[in-house]
Amino acid sequence: MAKIELNGLAHSYMPQVQEAQDFALKELNHVWEDGGAYALLGPSGCGKTTLLNIISGLLIPTHGEILFDGNAVTKKATEDRNIAQVFQFPVVYDTMSVYDNLAFPLRNRGVGASEVDGRVREIAELLELGDSLKNKASGLTADAKQKISLGRGLVRADVSAILFDEPLTVIDPHLKWQLRSQLKHLHKRFNYTMVYVTHDQTEALTFADKVVVMYDGAVVQMGTPEELFERPKHTFVGYFIGSPGMNVVPCHIDGDKAMVAGHAFSMEQGFSKVPEGASLEVGIRPEFLSLSRDGDGPAVSIQKVEDLGRFRVASVRLEDHEFKVMVGEDQEVPTDGARLIVDPTHVNLYANSHLVEEA
Amino acid sequence: MNKWSDNRAWWLVMPVVLIVAFSAVIPLMTVVNYAFQDTFGNNEFYWAGLEWFRDILRSERFHGAMGRQFLFSFIILSIEIPLGIGIALAMPRKGFWVPFCLILMALPLLIPWNVVGTIWQIFGRIDIGLLGATLDSLGIDYNYTQNTIDAWVTLVVMDVWHWTSLVVLLCYAGLQSIPDAYYQAARIDGASKWATFRYIQLPKMNRVLLIAVLLRFMDSFMIYTEPFVVTGGGPGNDTTFLSIDLVQMAIGQFDLGPAAAMSLIYFLIILLFSWVFFTVMSYLDRAEN
Repeated sequence: MAKIELNGLAHSYMPQVQEAQDFALKELNHVWEDGGAYALLGPSGCGKTTLLNIISGLLIPTHGEILFDGNAVTKKATEDRNIAQVFQFPVVYDTMSVYDNLAFPLRNRGVGASEVDGRVREIAELLELGDSLKNKASGLTADAKQKISLGRGLVRADVSAILFDEPLTVIDPHLKWQLRSQLKHLHKRFNYTMVYVTHDQTEALTFADKVVVMYDGAVVQMGTPEELFERPKHTFVGYFIGSPGMNVVPCHIDGDKAMVAGHAFSMEQGFSKVPEGASLEVGIRPEFLSLSRDGDGPAVSIQKVEDLGRFRVASVRLEDHEFKVMVGEDQEVPTDGARLIVDPTHVNLYANSHLVEEA
Repeated sequence: MNKWSDNRAWWLVMPVVLIVAFSAVIPLMTVVNYAFQDTFGNNEFYWAGLEWFRDILRSERFHGAMGRQFLFSFIILSIEIPLGIGIALAMPRKGFWVPFCLILMALPLLIPWNVVGTIWQIFGRIDIGLLGATLDSLGIDYNYTQNTIDAWVTLVVMDVWHWTSLVVLLCYAGLQSIPDAYYQAARIDGASKWATFRYIQLPKMNRVLLIAVLLRFMDSFMIYTEPFVVTGGGPGNDTTFLSIDLVQMAIGQFDLGPAAAMSLIYFLIILLFSWVFFTVMSYLDRAEN
């Protein structure tokens, strides 16, 4: 296990780099603690896989360096980095048995037969592959194959880190839960440093201690699931995490309040200095909005109400701006004279899409 | 539901039936006809039974030709298959050189058989051929018209030059179908070059390799034009393969009966081997999945 440091890392797939947009991965500096479970979350094409491949050494970055426990490994080949990686689609060695597949990474490194046997059986037990060890790997179902891929990643006891590149894409939904909890369990038990790439927020939020949200080649926020939910550092994080995403509407500042269509939204935690001339937006999650007949909130018109089972989502209009409001099962949606009630502790201010820090 | 009956559909099938009849069925049945009869001219035929088959199967001339034929196919398969795999592995997987390599590989396949024969016939001549004259001037005793080994070496090298590309292209197609993730996983798992070949590349090439073996076996087993042009079956009968022998018998000596019997035996051998290859192939395929 190792601590991973990324110093000024940036990568472009183009041979000649001219401008910032040429970078698939924009400069980033991070330290990932030994034994941490990190999720890289972002939409397709945001640079998650690029970052993962740089860490595993399948790609050499254009700029910057990577350190494992303080040792630079930037130029080292994958096989010398002592890293494990699980890919999106199952990779199994068709001609080998399940047992030989799991033993392959150990045998290639010259581990003794008895130790190989112990490790393979232990991992097979954990992944519930114990019964099919003698079977040929090629005849198995997609999720059994992916379990083998996971197993090959986990079988080496001494890896610096295990990287997962959307490993549960091909797995059935009910097995996803099971495998994800097995991974969490393994993480707790062996204290692996794990990096998990996904575009599925549920997966990221349940798997990781720290979620790294990426957007357009840059890390926009790294934090715990709570931090991402309550204080998104970038409007993208607000949109991307949560369902439905955060309401983001243009505003201007009047004293310590944000003004939206002539109505004041107060912000309890306050905000520091706003950059000159920046375009300002206010972000409020649907969970922190409610509708009421009385109270002093602005009057809104209700556009539609969607029933999502455990709760309903009302789309309301405040002049030109639309807000989504989450309404509990037992709460009533006023059909006329509705007012929008805002929880002042959860109003965030954004300047040029970036969060304006608290005062 | 009423069965639709419209006999006009037969008109659509007719052309194919006619073409196949005239190009395959009738000639084949003519050969079968000759194989069981004898004639003394005047278009009069007498029933000969299995006599021609017995003669052919007992004739040393046929044994010799068949032995040479198997030896030739064995040699060229054992050179072309590994060499083809090796070249396919060495070819770039992507980039600027890919089309260049592919065209280079396809070139020998585009040359007509008799032209290939003529090229090598001249190439190997010790008076005017680049290869022959060069070897001669280096003091190496090389003469494919008189020395058996030299004749065989020339024919084998010529076939390797002509047909290895086919194996290369098939293997290359097999290799290209392997997703990058497999190579990446192999690197992560610390697999050596050999292990990557043995456990990833070779299994993925399995099917195309069997097709390559089948095609090269059938083609080499029927080879006629190139050795006919280069050595004419000589020196002596040392490069007389089955097809050359057959043509000599049928057209040179006009022994229609024995030639017809030999054709059928020849055909059955190829059919048998193709069937065996095919069965093994599909068996391996099933075992795999």
